[in-house]
Amino acid sequence: MSVPFLLEIGTEEIPDWMIEPALASLSSLFGDLLATERLEAGGIRTDATPRRLVLRAAELAERQADAEELVTGPPVSAAFKDGQPTGAALGFARKMGVDVAALERHETPRGEYVAYRKKTAGRASRDILAAALPELILKIQWPKTMYWGAKGGPRFIRPIRWLVALAGTEVVPFEIAGVRSGAVSSGHRQLGAAEVPVTIEDFDKQLYENGVIVSGAVRRIKIGAQIDALLMGKGLRIREDAALLETLAYITERPSPVLGTFDKEYLSLPAEVLVTVMRHHQKYFSVEDEEGRLAPHFVAVMNTSSDPEGLVRQGNERVTRARFNDARFFWSVDLKKTLADRVADLAHVTFQTKLGSYLAKTKRVQKLARKLAKLAKADPAPVERAALLAKCDLTTDMVKELTELQGVMGGLYAREQGEPEEVWRAIYEHYKPESMEDAIPATPAGRLLSLADKLDTLQGCFKIGLVPTGSKDPLALRRAAQGVVKILVEGRLSLSLSKLADGDQGLAEFLLDRVRYYFKDVRGFRYDEVNAVLAAGHDNLPDVESRLEAIQAVRPTENFEPLAASFKRIKNILRQAGFGGGGAEGGQAEAPAAPAEGPAPQAAAGQAEPPAPQPEAPAPQVGVDAARLEPGPETELFQAFEKLRRRVKRARGKKQYQAALEAIASIRPQVDLFFDKVLVNAPDPDVRRNRLTLLHQLLCESSAIADFSEIVATEAAASAGADKTELQERKQDL
Amino acid sequence: MDTFQDVLFKLKKYWSDRGCIIQEPYDVEVGAGTMAPETFLRVLGPKPYRVAYVQPSRRPADGRYGENPNRLYKHWQLQVILKPSPADVIDQYLGSLEAIGIDLRKHDIKFEEDNWEAPTLGAWGVGWQVMLDGLEITQFTYFQQCGGIDLDLVPAELTYGLERLTAFLQVKDSVYDIEWAPGVSYGDVRLADELQNSVYNFELADVATLWKLFDLHEAECQRLLALYPDYPEKPRFPVLPTYEHVLKCSHLFNLLDSRGAISVTERVAVIGRVRKLALGAAACWVDQQTPVAVPAEVAQ
Repeated sequence: MSVPFLLEIGTEEIPDWMIEPALASLSSLFGDLLATERLEAGGIRTDATPRRLVLRAAELAERQADAEELVTGPPVSAAFKDGQPTGAALGFARKMGVDVAALERHETPRGEYVAYRKKTAGRASRDILAAALPELILKIQWPKTMYWGAKGGPRFIRPIRWLVALAGTEVVPFEIAGVRSGAVSSGHRQLGAAEVPVTIEDFDKQLYENGVIVSGAVRRIKIGAQIDALLMGKGLRIREDAALLETLAYITERPSPVLGTFDKEYLSLPAEVLVTVMRHHQKYFSVEDEEGRLAPHFVAVMNTSSDPEGLVRQGNERVTRARFNDARFFWSVDLKKTLADRVADLAHVTFQTKLGSYLAKTKRVQKLARKLAKLAKADPAPVERAALLAKCDLTTDMVKELTELQGVMGGLYAREQGEPEEVWRAIYEHYKPESMEDAIPATPAGRLLSLADKLDTLQGCFKIGLVPTGSKDPLALRRAAQGVVKILVEGRLSLSLSKLADGDQGLAEFLLDRVRYYFKDVRGFRYDEVNAVLAAGHDNLPDVESRLEAIQAVRPTENFEPLAASFKRIKNILRQAGFGGGGAEGGQAEAPAAPAEGPAPQAAAGQAEPPAPQPEAPAPQVGVDAARLEPGPETELFQAFEKLRRRVKRARGKKQYQAALEAIASIRPQVDLFFDKVLVNAPDPDVRRNRLTLLHQLLCESSAIADFSEIVATEAAASAGADKTELQERKQDL
Repeated sequence: MDTFQDVLFKLKKYWSDRGCIIQEPYDVEVGAGTMAPETFLRVLGPKPYRVAYVQPSRRPADGRYGENPNRLYKHWQLQVILKPSPADVIDQYLGSLEAIGIDLRKHDIKFEEDNWEAPTLGAWGVGWQVMLDGLEITQFTYFQQCGGIDLDLVPAELTYGLERLTAFLQVKDSVYDIEWAPGVSYGDVRLADELQNSVYNFELADVATLWKLFDLHEAECQRLLALYPDYPEKPRFPVLPTYEHVLKCSHLFNLLDSRGAISVTERVAVIGRVRKLALGAAACWVDQQTPVAVPAEVAQ
């Protein structure tokens, strides 16, 4: 028998951005509880508004499954003497609370033991939940919690004010911080009753009638649809903003939009300023006309059903006017002093206590930008000028007020003050990319300045030991490093990563880690492809990208994975033979430890390589001695390889990695045949060395693009691909 | 239409009806109602307390010579402390808005996350800024710590921005146009104060003198704090005057800051000096409030 289940945790307003993670936490805690308590349940879903977290199960077993446990007692030999129970048997029976007759015998590897089959009738799920829910609820994870009664009292994100817990028609009784669970919810603060009796069946309906839409998804859709209706026929549309929509869905219980208007004359201010005020300070959608130009309107989303007298619209319009007036004031005051005149003021703005002021940083960034421009064969003059002025907007009133606009304001002021386009654009976009989703700067000077700024921060912080640990990264160094990687790859800048790390091994590894993250989690390359390519060299990131794309393209072809398996085998053979390091010579990277060895899946049936102990490791020869080759598979492999080698070299030289890989893959039949018919560990040491040399060269040639031994057969790769910590980290970056 | 003073009367009456003592403003310069001893000290310790008072709050750096319609050197806060916080505290708060004539069914109210923190006071709490039709009208905080001490009973602190609220009610774009009393505007009452203090804070205040005053108040505060442990009759000890020196230091810090006399690096250090004094005063106050613990064997 099963019943539906409903839990509603009624609270004061929860910060919008914490709600979805909290629902996930609630859901997982509930799943754990079901598993531990052997409770069957189905149709579990969660919902939330700022004032309530709701968990429902369409079906919850009324009782736990009955449990049976075999408890082992003393060995039979000690428990019975001459067919009579001894003290050991009696004691065990007493402990189990039964008669000796109820015991049974149980065969174990250690002999026969006395045992008791203990049966526990399943408890009612309502009792289990009543006991478990208080602790479960208080275990929901939050970024920050509070207490609201006396010191030492329960902690939650905000005070818990009511609790609804129903299993079928019955209340699941419990209490948290003096609040008893019941069947009474609470409506919207203005539109509903403070006390709303509910049943599982009419929960949504009762709350809807009391001003609350329980589902966040429904609120989100409703906001979108209502805005469409509001703007229909007006030649206006909002600028889509998914993050803002999400926020609005979770700071409202009953959302509805109003269209506000502001004076056209404010449109003479930079659109960036207007949009920032509307978006970040007022949570408004900005509105554009059919040509995509900013229109003198905004859309505010209320937490109520309507604005019959227009009071809400007027109120919001007044707030907007006041804020725009401030912005206009800042704009005109800031323009009275040029950015160039503000450089000296940067001496009074601290960048980091040990790293000095922004003036000191400016000088370092300028120097670094000039160096990077030379390495990238670009004109250093505009980048240097931009670097000089880039941080000056930190001293402007506008940026002090609207910190989100740092960089952007600098660019706009530089434009107003007649700086060349190359310069003001570079300043404008030098904080980009601000996340992995954000685009890199559009201009070459912007890219170089952004790189120089981020690298200076990274180099400086690593120098003074300010290195991110775990979730602690107060200076957002991960984001800076990811920005560096993204700019290098997407800006096709072939600057040496190790040079950018300025000889700091820790920073070099930190950057490499971000390279891995970028290709794997942002670009979606498979982890083994990333490992394979990086093992063959990671200093030049655009080249890494080209090689990855080649591997990705070649991978589905039939020869690729079997050949990769053969290469892995070759690597193992060479390593066992202590031959030439057995690895990729071309790669600067230390190849990560090879996976645990097993027979290569494609190994020829008849011949397993014995891990022959080598009396002395054969040294590689300069070249393969053709005279020593056996006719047949060995010679065929050699000839195929010689032909292939030229093709691969040519293709690689032109960075046509896909062609090179296809050429390498074409050698698979000869490789397979070789392993099938030829014994590498030939008794004659010269023949053996010659064969090992052939394999070694084959491996080296292919390894300049990727270390194939890193490739994991497709099925295994698919299951091992997800990397939880990286995914979580990525969420933070969003 | 309610005047500025009508709004004050109504809010005071509303909170008086809900068991609050109605206090008058504290007579030492403070940056916020929180810093008055009625909040800073009274929230410490296990004694329940309910109080409401208007506190003119000085923020020298926010002065705009009376030229900006929304920014003031000195603004009027209504500070309400409900210790412990009642379960219906938000309903009570919303009731206070109704009491000054805001029909909540015709407006949009949102509680947006805003966690308050005052590093110079070693105080923080969690809560919201209350938005009325997109305008922030109140800071709502559940105090968690004050003077570096975890609170025995969590109070709710409501801080109303009275000029903004009244400008909203009177539909005025500039606080100076608010009607303070019939026929008298906020500008009539306050404009000279704003102008003259802006001139002093930004132009004429003598930095060396301000530093000297800061050092003097700090030294006096430190001297008093050092006397406390060995002072024989604890209830007589002048903790409140000690705390006033903390407030003086805090205000002088704000003045120096608005004068541009404190570099960013110095800033952290000066905040640390004020904070140390505040924590010391809070600790003395808590100790003074605690009845002397009689060892169990003596009591028997």
